[in-house]
Amino acid sequence: MIDNALYRRRKLRNRFHMMMSLATAVFGLVWLVLILAMLLVKGIGGLNLAVFTQMTPPPSASGGLLNAIAGSLILTFLGVIIGTPVAVLAGTYMAEYGRYSKLTNVVRFINDILLSAPSIVIGLFVYSIMVRPMGNFSGIAGAVALAILVVPVVVRTTEDMLLLVPNQMREAAAALGAPRWTVIRYVGYRAAKTGIITGILLAIARISGETAPLLFTALNNQFWSTNIFAPMPSLPVVIFQFALSPYEDWQRLAWTGALLITVAVLTLSVLARVLVSKEAK
Amino acid sequence: MNENKNAADTRLRPRGTDMVELTFDPAEARASEKTGDPRRNSQKRLILGDKFFKLLTGAAAAFVLMILFGVIFTLIEGSLPALLHFGPSFIWTEEWNPVKERFGALAPIYGTIMTSLIAMLVAVPVGLGIAIFLTELCPPFLRRPIGIAIELLAGIPSIIYGIWGLFIFAPFLQRYVQPLMIDTLGNVPGIGWLFAGPPYGIGVLTAGLILAIMVLPFIASITRDVFETVPPVLKESAYGLGATTWEVVWKIVLPYTRVGVIGGVMLALGRALGETMAITFVIGNAHRISASVLQPGTTISASIANEFVEALAELHTSSLTALGLILFVITFIVLACARLLLASLNKRAGGV
Repeated sequence: MIDNALYRRRKLRNRFHMMMSLATAVFGLVWLVLILAMLLVKGIGGLNLAVFTQMTPPPSASGGLLNAIAGSLILTFLGVIIGTPVAVLAGTYMAEYGRYSKLTNVVRFINDILLSAPSIVIGLFVYSIMVRPMGNFSGIAGAVALAILVVPVVVRTTEDMLLLVPNQMREAAAALGAPRWTVIRYVGYRAAKTGIITGILLAIARISGETAPLLFTALNNQFWSTNIFAPMPSLPVVIFQFALSPYEDWQRLAWTGALLITVAVLTLSVLARVLVSKEAK
Repeated sequence: MNENKNAADTRLRPRGTDMVELTFDPAEARASEKTGDPRRNSQKRLILGDKFFKLLTGAAAAFVLMILFGVIFTLIEGSLPALLHFGPSFIWTEEWNPVKERFGALAPIYGTIMTSLIAMLVAVPVGLGIAIFLTELCPPFLRRPIGIAIELLAGIPSIIYGIWGLFIFAPFLQRYVQPLMIDTLGNVPGIGWLFAGPPYGIGVLTAGLILAIMVLPFIASITRDVFETVPPVLKESAYGLGATTWEVVWKIVLPYTRVGVIGGVMLALGRALGETMAITFVIGNAHRISASVLQPGTTISASIANEFVEALAELHTSSLTALGLILFVITFIVLACARLLLASLNKRAGGV
């Protein structure tokens, strides 16, 4: 005989918890949607041609974000250029030459920690190895700080993607007499190319919104500057400065800048995702 | 090598051509006489290249370790003046006075832990709820879009959350939520002191809530991934015995994934502890410890972000670096535990 009371209680309990789960899901997603919606509303209001053609203005004057956007592009580009080669090579060692070595295990562990290490600490690190010895804040110091953030992301994806390459392909190449580095270049890299590029895109997405490591490396600059040995403006730092200011023009520009960064980051992430799903087919 | 070349050449060339004459290259023959067998030569070059490449990649891998040691070394070196000057009492001194050059780390440490605690209290249940929703409840056609949306949101830079918190969320809390909290929760004996004081909008609670919203997608996507490692057979046999969905979640999924969930939560905690920009906007930057969570405070990362460039005295800079060292040590321990837990889960998933 079925204990009806118990059965009812279990069903009720199930319904309650499932409702709670649904409620938390809705609750959580609503906040995230709200943030994006407000960002769109506030950001689009300030979006016009001047944003892309004029320099950051002095307080309560009109202007744009041109120098900040250019600075961000330069810093991100340099960061990727510096960080990627090292990271791809390190990932290659971990997946190919040292797949079973102790060094690989240690590096993988440390790399995973660096992946979520506080970025402001990286800023402090670069400050003491570059800014202090060189005597001034500089764009190149900011780029190095970003490069250090690029490394763990790309190391991780490079290793993962090379590990996915079937061993038979390596063996086939080796059987033809190719030495290992030829196998890696013509078989490993070729097969893992899309995955590695995806990793680089994700790394760009990650660093293009980073503020904390730039605060005391690249600093900021109110004017147009492409000299990488001088302080360099960047979009996130300008947003930080403008948003906390009491001037309405600056605050509006901060919102617009925030929208630009978000759109850029989301585009990059979607692009990376599309690449991966294309590869899967 | 030469025979291969000839064989290939025959196929490409019209019949009747004399191939021996055509492939003979006097210059090449002279060169090979001088340096020995060309095959061995190119082999040597390839082996040398391989050695060089191996060394290069190994050096790059070691470089990743060097980054970590470099960070630790420079942080220790930079914070030595402060640590020598104040001694271990640096950690439990609340005072932070740049004018008198007296610095203590207690207020930022307290703020860091308090905001992360609030964030975890809110984000863990909600994140788990989302993960349960996605794996057990969600209609299949919605599963992928919602999952992707959450993963995309996890990548949004923290400064976006910060600016939203400052202009939208803090005023909202100040006007509607905090007065309500002060009137109701503030009068509850035992916990009333947590909600005392005027509603500023910005403060420890606001920072903790922003942090919660920020790590929420992170927790949700990682626990969802962990939940998906449960073998369907286990869940199906429970359903076969007549278990309800909740019973399957509570008695099968959660026990099976316990280690992974804890690992994921600690990973999120590591992020929360080190988060800078989202908090710097809304915490109020006051170097003091208030009992009430509605009052402004500061965190380690917010202090560094706000003061480092403006710090002139060596002791001030050094104290901020010492704060960075403390933060790095705390997050390192938390993240290391998280990774070890997650790694042990992977090992088991591979074994099953």
